[in-house]
Formats: sequence, C-alpha cells, structure tokens
Amino acid sequence: MSTFLEKIKKLEPPKEKRFLHTLYDGFFTFLYVPDHTTKGPGVHILDRMDLKRTMVMVVLALQLCYVFGTYNIGHQHFVALGMHTSFMAGLHLKLAYGLIKLLPLFVVSMVVGLGIEFFYAAKKGHGIEEGYLVTGALIPLIMPPDIPLWILSLSIAFAVILGKEAFGGTGMNIVNIALLSRVFVFFAYPTTISGDQCWVAGLEYAGGKGVGETYGWAQHFFDWIFNGLGWATFGEGGRAIADAFTGATPLGLASQGWEQVTAVYSPMQMFWGVIPGSIGETSKPLIIVGALMLIATGIASWRIMLSCLVGAVFMAMAFNWWGFDAFMNVPWYYHFYMGSFWFAVAFMATDPVTASSTNTGKWIYGFSIGALGIIIRIMNPAYPEGWMLAILFMNVFAPLIDHFVVESNIKRRQKISAAAGN
Amino acid sequence: MKKGFTRLHLITSFLFLYQLAQAQSPSGSGSSNFTMLLLAIVILIAFFIIIRVSDNLVRIQAGKSGDDASLTPLPGVRDLFKKSVPTYVKGKYVALNKGHNILLEGSAKGPVVAGNAKTFAIQPPNFRGVSAIPKVEVEVGDTVKAGDHLLFDKKNPAIKYVSPVSGEVIAVNRGERRSIASVVVLADKEQQYRKLDAPNPDTCSREELVNFLLDSGGWALLRHRPFDVVANTNDLPDNIFISTFDTAPLAPDLNVVMEGRGAAFQRGLEVLGKLTKGKVWLGLDANGENPPSSIFTEAKGVAKCWFSGKHPAGNVGVQIHHIAPITTKTTAWTLGVQDVATLGALFTEGRFNAERVVALTGAELKQPKYVRTIIGANIGELLDGNFANDHVRIISGDVLSGSKTSSESYLNYHDDQVTVVEEGDQLEMFGWLLPDLSTPSASKALPGHHFPDTVYKANTNMHGEKRAFVVTGQYEELLPMDIYPQHLMKAILTNDYEKIEGLGIHELIEEDVALCEFACTSKQPLQQILREGLDMVHEQG
Repeated sequence: MSTFLEKIKKLEPPKEKRFLHTLYDGFFTFLYVPDHTTKGPGVHILDRMDLKRTMVMVVLALQLCYVFGTYNIGHQHFVALGMHTSFMAGLHLKLAYGLIKLLPLFVVSMVVGLGIEFFYAAKKGHGIEEGYLVTGALIPLIMPPDIPLWILSLSIAFAVILGKEAFGGTGMNIVNIALLSRVFVFFAYPTTISGDQCWVAGLEYAGGKGVGETYGWAQHFFDWIFNGLGWATFGEGGRAIADAFTGATPLGLASQGWEQVTAVYSPMQMFWGVIPGSIGETSKPLIIVGALMLIATGIASWRIMLSCLVGAVFMAMAFNWWGFDAFMNVPWYYHFYMGSFWFAVAFMATDPVTASSTNTGKWIYGFSIGALGIIIRIMNPAYPEGWMLAILFMNVFAPLIDHFVVESNIKRRQKISAAAGN
Repeated sequence: MKKGFTRLHLITSFLFLYQLAQAQSPSGSGSSNFTMLLLAIVILIAFFIIIRVSDNLVRIQAGKSGDDASLTPLPGVRDLFKKSVPTYVKGKYVALNKGHNILLEGSAKGPVVAGNAKTFAIQPPNFRGVSAIPKVEVEVGDTVKAGDHLLFDKKNPAIKYVSPVSGEVIAVNRGERRSIASVVVLADKEQQYRKLDAPNPDTCSREELVNFLLDSGGWALLRHRPFDVVANTNDLPDNIFISTFDTAPLAPDLNVVMEGRGAAFQRGLEVLGKLTKGKVWLGLDANGENPPSSIFTEAKGVAKCWFSGKHPAGNVGVQIHHIAPITTKTTAWTLGVQDVATLGALFTEGRFNAERVVALTGAELKQPKYVRTIIGANIGELLDGNFANDHVRIISGDVLSGSKTSSESYLNYHDDQVTVVEEGDQLEMFGWLLPDLSTPSASKALPGHHFPDTVYKANTNMHGEKRAFVVTGQYEELLPMDIYPQHLMKAILTNDYEKIEGLGIHELIEEDVALCEFACTSKQPLQQILREGLDMVHEQG
C-alpha cells in the first residue's frame, strides 16, 4: 500500500501549475481522505460525515433510476417499432440500446461540468467541490434520451457558469443547477424537449411519418457480441414505427381527460414507469426507494418531501372540485401516476443549497412547490409539466421565506428582551 | 435508548414492501393499491391536522380563561415523544430533545486518587477580557502563600489573581509580544495559606462582600455572560447559573468530583445569593436512573431546574436559555461546581482552597482516572507515565471545546478535565465512501446511527476538507435552543451587526456550538467564527 501511495505522490505536479495541481488534488482526495488534523481553537475531533459522503449518498440513491432509465430507453424504442413489446423480451437489446444512449449523456455531463468546476477551482485556488457530482448525475436523468450532445453541453456550461460559478461556487447558488440546465434547453431549444416526438429514442420523423433510426457502429458492436451468444440482434434498423404507437406522454394526453390516458397506458404501466418520458423520472417505486434512502440517512429533508406531497394533493383536489375542463377532472390521485412529480420532489426540491434553510421555511417551500407544480401542470397549455418551473420559482423565493422566518425569531427575541428590561 | 432500527424505519419499509408485493400480484391490483395507499396517507394527514388544530384551539382557549391546559383529552405532539419523567424529579423540569452524545473510550473511573503535580501556574490568557500584559506582582524567586496576589489587570486593578499554592515562583513565562503566558509556582510540601478574614455573608453589606472577594481571589472565579468574560466589579447580575452536570464527551461525573465538599458548596451558593438581584439557579441532571448527589439536590437557598437530554443539555448556556434567556439587556454569571466550592471555602475555611478534582481521560491513557490536585496543575506531571501511545494530542478540557496543550503546559483555570486523543495525521483510503463503524458521527448516514451505544476511539483527523455551507438544518438538530446557528454564523461572516445581535449571539459561547462544529458536514470552524462575533459585539457594546 505504501509503495502505491509513493507512486501516486510522485505524480504530484508542482504547486505553480495551478490547474494540474488542482486536478491532481481532486483525484487524490477522491482516493484518500487527506491527513489534515484539526487545528483549533475549536473542536479536536470531527464527524466522519463530510460533503463527499453526503453527495455520494445522493448518487447512490439515484442508481436504481439509472438502471431503470437505461432499460426504459431501449424498451420505449422497441415498443415504438412494435418489437419486443413485453417487459422481459429483448432485455439485453433494450439495456444495450439504453446504454448506447445514456452513456454519452453521462460522460458529456461529467466532462463538461467537472471541467468547468476544475477550471474555476484552479482559478480561485481552492479544492474541487463535490457539488457537481450530484448535479452531473441528475442532469442526464432529466433530459429526453435523444437530446443532441452539443445542446446538452451548452446547457450545462450555461447552468454551471452563470448559475453557480458566477455566484461563488458550490453552496452559493440561488437556483438548482440541474434544473437550470434543463430550463435552458426548454427555452432555447424547445423542440428537443417538448411535444410528442422527443421522448422515445431513436425515431426519425420525416414528412409526418416516423421510422426507426439506422443503427450505427455501437449497435453493430453489440450485435457482434449477441450473435456470438446466439441472442436476438439489433439488425440494420430503419423499421417503420408501429401503427398504434403514439409518442405522447401520459401528461400530454391528460389534457383531454383521464380516459384518453388509460386508452394508451394502464395505471400499472405508469406506476412502474414503462412509459415515455425523461430518462430517470418514469419509475415511481424506484424513485420512492431512493427517496426513502435519502430520508433514512438524513441527507434530504423529509419535511420538504412531505409538504410537497401535501401541497400537490391539496391543489389537485382543489382542481377536481373546480372541475372546469377535462384535465381538472382527472382524479387527484392519478396525478401521482403521471409526470415527474416523484423525481422532482425527491431529488430536485430537496437540494439543500437552493431550498429554504429553516425548518418552518421548508414546510412553506415544499407546500408551495407542490401546489404551484400542479397549477402549472393543469393551467399551462403550452407545457404539460410543472415541477421544473415550480421548483425554480420557489428557489428564488426560498431566501425570502427564510428571511421572514429568521425575522420572526429576531422579533421573538426582542420581545423577551423588552420584557426582561422592565 | 433506541436500539437498531426505529419504529419509523420499520413502518415505512413494511408499507413499501407490502405495496411491492401487491403490485406484483398477477391480478394487477397494484395500481389501485397505490391509489389506496395515497388515499390512506392523505386521510390520515387530514385527520391529524383537524385534530391537532382543534386541540390547539382548546389549549389556547384554556390558557386564556386560565384553566389547566393539560385537561384536554389529547396529549400535545411533544408530549407523545417525551421520555417519562424520572420519579426523583421534583419541581421545574425541562426535557431537551435535540443534541447528541459522543461516546468515547477512556472515561475516568473512581475513586479519586492524589495527583502528583508539583508545579502550578496561573495563566492570564485563561481569563477572557484581561489585557495581554497584566501587572505581575511577584518576581522569580519570591516565595508566596496560597492566596497571595500574583497579578492584576491594569484596566481593573481591584480584581486580584492569586496563587493557588504556596511555594517559590520559578518562572514568569512570556508569549507573543511580551504578553504574560503564565506565572509558575513550585509547590511546597506543606501548604501554607494566607489567612483571610472573611466577613459574615449573612450580615455584611454587598459592597463588603465584593471587596473581600476581589482581594481574596474569589472574584476571578466568576464568569460573566454574555461573552464569557471575567465579571465586572460594578456588575449586578440578573441571575447566577451553575450546571451540576457535564454532558460533554468523557466529562467528569460531578457527583464524584464534589464528594465530601458539600459544606463549602452550600456556603458558596449562599454567598452567590447575596451577589445577584435575581436567583442562583442550579441545573440538575435528570438523565440518570438514580438522582444526582444530595449536595446538589438538597442545596438550600437556590432555585433548581431539572434537565434531561443529550449533550449539550449539561452546558450552562443551554440551561440559561430555558430558564431566563440572556438578552441585550440582561446579564448573568456562571461558575463551575468546583469554583463554587472554592468560593465557599473562603468563608468556611478562611483560606483560598484551590482544590480541583480533575478527570484524566482519553483512549490513549493506560489508566483514565480522577485525581485530586489544585488549579493550574502541570499536565505532564499529572499524566506522568500514563501514556499508552506517544503520538497523541493533549487537551485541557474536553475534545469539543478544550484547548490543545502539551505536557510542559498547565491545566486551564476553569478546566476539570484532561483528554488525550490520538493524532490522526494519516491518509484514509476511500475514507469518505466506506461505511465506517470506528469513527463517531452524529449523522444518520453512517451505520453507527443504528448502534447508538457504540463507544468510539476518536482521533484528530478532519475526515474531510473544509467547504462552503451546504447542508441546512444540521446545527438546529444539535442545539436545543431557539436559535438559528447557521444564519448567525453567516451574519457574523458578513459583519451584519444587527442580525448578529438579533439572532441571539448573547446567549452563546463557544462550548454551545461545539457539537454543531463537530457534526458540520462542511467542516466550518464555528467556534472561531462565533468568537469573532462575540468579540465584535463586546467591543461595540
């Protein structure tokens, strides 16, 4: 072990080469927790918990979503083409296809985001902060599978530079970085992230007619393996999509009423997540497992999650009661089968930096997100999902909520002080 | 104490597994079950809210009309989770739910044995508020009696700092910029005491009493809140607070420490009663199965308040917050129990009896124990031959708020504990990733959370690097006070004076936020930040 350590230490670039040294330091602290001791004045022993562990917990909680997302990219693709339509059929093809789509997104997300992070860390002369590990793991999961890599890079660069580094780095940002990158795509390149045609990977639409993409070298590589194993293969692609196929997400259909949704997707399918959508947000039970893990480890705030749920239920019920149009009449509980509510609540709303920082504030913040998200979902004709905008909106208001909570604490203390002074 | 999984864990996992099982059943009834689950949760929440709101309304109404609020049929939310009150508790009782006990190896075991320290020192830096270069009244080579004046602060010449022992002054050590670091006395074998003519506290005036304390060295035992400084001579504190238990890691059991010193303690309390315009409060420990020592529970002429809860429930600052919070307009004095005994002995024995029972603790000691010695004892002499390991850090005080020292140095004036922990200057491979059961943690994310009785062997490694504030709500879980520590820290860092004062900096000193600093995910130096804020407010106010 010590010789291994010596070999690594030999690699250390001189301190003058700041970028290289920061890079080395980033990887070294990934491998080893440094030998720094407490200096004082202050505590002499410190908790085992640090930011790296906090962040990796979130990444671990996301793993089920990653696995299922990989599968679902492939599954939706083949269902659209009318092949391997049952859950287990062509499992290897679906996973391979999903991997071919998801891996580049993940790599680009990490390279672009961490690259910017490294650059700024070197520039400011501090260690690399871990915040982006979570952001970079979240971003691929909230994008449509076919998003062009250059758009992804651009959106991440925009979000990390303007959303985070401009404010001073991890812990200083006002809005959620992952959602900022998504909202950038949403406003700058709306066709890649809205409508009925973007949620299923590998379909090409020409003249109103959709066909499957022609497979490239990656699929051929997997075919070579699958052939050797005697399994089903991708083939050349270019197959026409099935007649019954509609690329619409449940939410896209829900504006015409719940019957339109169930005509295409059963509640079971929506619950387990074998529906089109952003990569990681479709499977409710797996997200809930992740959320429970975050609650059990105390990483994410259960207050925010619970109050989001209460807010969403409340607002969905209110719309049921109003019942003006078909969307409002969708029974309130079915709102939790559709869209990205669970993912947004578990992983986006609970970001500690952009959420309210006081416990009272968290209840208000969560409830407002829940209520606003449903309002946007139902009332906004242009875009049938509300969580991204609701969370970003409440991110901006979180400091204000905290301000009032803290002010009330100050007032309370002044009252005691005034009473004591007499 | 909870063991292993809590009930909440079990219920949530059961509900979820049940759901999974149902959803996979061939009939496909899973989705409707999910709906039913949602429905059930919503109905429960709605039911709960209605009941709570109506119950609270009843309570408010009861409060207005002066009825006993406990007459409502429902227990309050807090009462549901409250531990049952121990039978020995009588009178005011406060249950604190927040906090965390850090269990470390190497707690001191009785009985108390004689310590073998020979040199003793008074260290001016121990007295906050005293100028860096006080006037030293003795020279090297002088012989002094216990209770003779050693030095005084030129700003406050009336307050005398006296020698804890009789013997020869062997050194006046200087620190940075000629500041006085310590005045060292080599103790005689037979201790001689300066004879003190104590006035009778029951009959004399407050002024007489104050003058006697100033001259006899008793005044230096008083600590003034806010800011934790030496009390001012013209101070008339609103209340005086004494915590009779210490919840810090490896802290001495004050029942053991005070054995046989009941008379002096009681006399000390009576004297303190003359010095305040309010009351002398004792904070009593309601955590144990047995009541604390009768020296505390049967003390007369004082107000008592029982506290149960984890660390920092034993901190006097936390207790003050729940009895009579310090504001911008009020002040308080605090003392340790042994300080009270020393104060009382001025009257019962007519001499400055600086006896201290000190707990020598820590996993790196062969034999952690209690020793009977005197204020300012040399640490090396106290610990002589007791080290199990030589790569250690010696701390005067506890691991959370004590100060780093060495075996050449001396016990701090107010400390009753020495802790020895291993230096942790070693790399830890994937230390941030592996589930670790060997390091203490207040976090639920580590396996130790499920084994709350685990005793740890801590070292001084930082277990990570300093980062910006990211995690929220962490400090609030560990500080049982109505204070927002993170907002306060940020206000101090941005010099937002009004907010610093408004958020209650007057109620805090370093030891109160020490646990938050220990648990801080971002490894922020909270005690240092707080002190900067305290100094700033002190200077301006």
